[in-house]
Amino acid sequence: MSTATAGAHDGPPESGVNYLNASYGIKSWLLTTDHKRIGLLYLVSVTFMFLVGGLAAVVMRLHLVEPQGALLEPETYNKFFTMHGIIMVFFFTIPAVPATLGNFLIPIMIGARDVAFPKLNLLSWYVFIVGAIITLGAILSGGVDTGWTFYPPYSSLYSQSHVAAVAIGVFITGFSSILTGLNFIVTIHKMRAPGMTWFRMPLFIWASYATSLIAVLGTPVVAITIVLLGLERLLHVGIFDPAVGGDPLLFQHMFWFYSHPAVYIMILPPMGVVSELITAFSRKRVFGYSFVAMSSLAIAVISFVVWGHHMFVTGQSIYAGLVFSVLSFMVAIPSAIKIFNWTATLYKGSISYEAPMLYAMGFIGLFTMGGLTGLFLAALATDVHLNGTYFIVAHFHYVMVGGAVIAYLGGIHFWWPKITGRLYPERWARLAALLVFVGFNLTFFPQFLMGYMGMPRRYAVYPAEFQVLNVLSSAGASVLGVGYFIPLIYLIWSLRYGKPAGPNPWGAKGLEWTIASPPPTENFLTPPVVEEAYNYSGTGGSHD
Amino acid sequence: MGLIQSGFNCMGVAWATIPFQPPAASSIAEGIDKLYLFLTGITLFFTVLVFSIVFYFMVKYRRREEHERPAETRTYLALELTWTIVPSLICVVIFVWSASLYVQNSRPPAASMEMFVIGKQWMWHIQHPEGPREINALHVPVGVPVKLTMTSQDVIHDFYIPAFRVKKDALPGRYTSLWFQATQTGTFHFFCAQYCGTSHSEMIGWVYVMSPSDYAAWLAAGEKTDSMAQQGARLFDHLGCGSCHVAEGNGRGPSLAGVYGKPEKLQSGETRVVDEGLIRQAIMVPNSVQLPNYAPIMPTYQGQVNEEQVLQLVAYVKSLGSQERKNGK
Repeated sequence: MSTATAGAHDGPPESGVNYLNASYGIKSWLLTTDHKRIGLLYLVSVTFMFLVGGLAAVVMRLHLVEPQGALLEPETYNKFFTMHGIIMVFFFTIPAVPATLGNFLIPIMIGARDVAFPKLNLLSWYVFIVGAIITLGAILSGGVDTGWTFYPPYSSLYSQSHVAAVAIGVFITGFSSILTGLNFIVTIHKMRAPGMTWFRMPLFIWASYATSLIAVLGTPVVAITIVLLGLERLLHVGIFDPAVGGDPLLFQHMFWFYSHPAVYIMILPPMGVVSELITAFSRKRVFGYSFVAMSSLAIAVISFVVWGHHMFVTGQSIYAGLVFSVLSFMVAIPSAIKIFNWTATLYKGSISYEAPMLYAMGFIGLFTMGGLTGLFLAALATDVHLNGTYFIVAHFHYVMVGGAVIAYLGGIHFWWPKITGRLYPERWARLAALLVFVGFNLTFFPQFLMGYMGMPRRYAVYPAEFQVLNVLSSAGASVLGVGYFIPLIYLIWSLRYGKPAGPNPWGAKGLEWTIASPPPTENFLTPPVVEEAYNYSGTGGSHD
Repeated sequence: MGLIQSGFNCMGVAWATIPFQPPAASSIAEGIDKLYLFLTGITLFFTVLVFSIVFYFMVKYRRREEHERPAETRTYLALELTWTIVPSLICVVIFVWSASLYVQNSRPPAASMEMFVIGKQWMWHIQHPEGPREINALHVPVGVPVKLTMTSQDVIHDFYIPAFRVKKDALPGRYTSLWFQATQTGTFHFFCAQYCGTSHSEMIGWVYVMSPSDYAAWLAAGEKTDSMAQQGARLFDHLGCGSCHVAEGNGRGPSLAGVYGKPEKLQSGETRVVDEGLIRQAIMVPNSVQLPNYAPIMPTYQGQVNEEQVLQLVAYVKSLGSQERKNGK
């Protein structure tokens, strides 16, 4: 926390009292109920988790340079990919956009003073931290080797690692998602400023709303699943292992009932971010606004009935396979609608290429590939060959990194001036965006080929025929790592040395750009009245 | 340091040796590859389309003057419907294509040769009905459909032969199956594709596809062992199964002669065909498949017989069935 906020304590010169300099001291942060400060607490926490998870990925990619494994014993390698998965899924990608940007922006974007339940908001951060500490503690004291998917009976009765402790950490963190989701739903329903009707809301709000619905409805299911896993592991109650009377596939049904919608918890908020970036840097209202908004809700609904596509090769009945395949194709359509509408937004726009826009363009390209390669896996016949291979790994990294992480980085850059009152160095940011794009493709594109060649995922050692592709992938990871590291440095640098941003450095629309940077604690000194979101062609909204 | 050295060596030869396609050595591989190629085409087409449009717009509509305010573009319903319906239709085509292929690929031909696979941490145990056993190796004849009946002795594994484009989980407590027909002789990798613990990545082996005559010679050359059914018969006697399951049908348990492949009405009212899975269940959890006219006195054999022995007992019961049906004809 201290690194991200220390410099900002000086206060930006052009504004008076704001949420950063209104009070000082560690207590004023740890006991804050200001949604903006809580957003920053999350920013620091998830950035730390990203570094830990990223470090695990670096070690894995180094290890896989040689077929027999360059660094680790298989047992240790298994713990590393498990740690990477658990941290990146539960402690980074799920909370990243909603808990940082969502917390900071949702009340401001709808013209509210704070979220509906500010104390609950702080509680969810503490819940997150407790879950994170338990999980990190378990990892440090020996780790867990089940994969982030925790499939029993391996996880319940066979693994010798700290399954229970990590499961408890994930279980607790789930409540943070539920509380945040609940808070956002109520906030969006009840706290909108006069004139902010549903179809005037920024698309980021629509995306956050759909995400919150999934989090509130889905997360309890994974919590129950983890409890059942704990019952079998600790008390040997037969639930999943047939040796004690259980059903080994029951867990997978329950786990994916949450974890597939969770994929959309991870990608919908970044989609919302991209909508905001594209509209701001092309100075156009998003093309097909209501189609983009409704496609978020459609995704949220359909995502709950596609879980069986993770189980096409488990011996699930042919008919179940057919139904889940159809439904999985259906969930692809709303994503396609978004892509086309974003592209059409650029038409006859006034487009500039600052770093956030570069990230948004990267998102469109990479998410298109991520989505289309999903068709290979929704299609039953090809899924049989590709399931469980590196093709899957490549596919979900195109969506989760090429999509979610890249949009998150774009969003952080876009709202950085608002959050801190300072500009980041644009040239460095463009260079980093380019490095991330190139490094990402070099890392993960070879993994599609690897998967089609038949290399299974989660292999600590592998046959020599896959080495060339693995080396390419590891080389790309080093570029990607540099691309991630540069923003970390210049963003921290900008806290002290960045140019003052002014209220609206991008000439963007939206309530957040009408107030000072950093915003005052109460957000709006006079309650806003909203007439039109994305009013780029109309008058007003001066560019500073 | 060796790591970096080998990295550079590899980069040097990389471009010439990047592999793009695994060998296609089964009757279904070609069909899968065609669909894969079609999907790759779709992916490339739309990725290139979206990228080109984005680049074109970004250049053509770049900001020329700091304060320009572009006019609003209205939404065209026809355009929205087009890019909703066209992708939907493409998805329908892919679904129908892939689903029909999948249904076709899921049904083993009736005349398949049978083999049995048991996954255990961390090896694949393969059992031929004629008797020979193998570890992490599978010998099969070319041009003959082979059906693998699979189970696991501990956690979930997954039997995957990339060159054949087939994969199926091996689950504890039940049987799953897959089938293939090899189309060329040679050796091909098989892998465990479901993470199963420490040595998951060493749970791999080779399929040896041989000409039918070579396969027959291989079977004959091995150590002379009894067939699975004969071993099952010995086990049947040893465990005293015959004291209840009297062949003439007047014992405390039902006669097993001729039951294989027939529908049986259970006490629960459910009617099930007697297959490998049901016989396994009857041995391990007898009460779950209780027959109406018999007392529920059969003890479970869970823990007394391992998966290999269960398969032998199943083979024995099947052999009774086929004899019976032959005699009946």
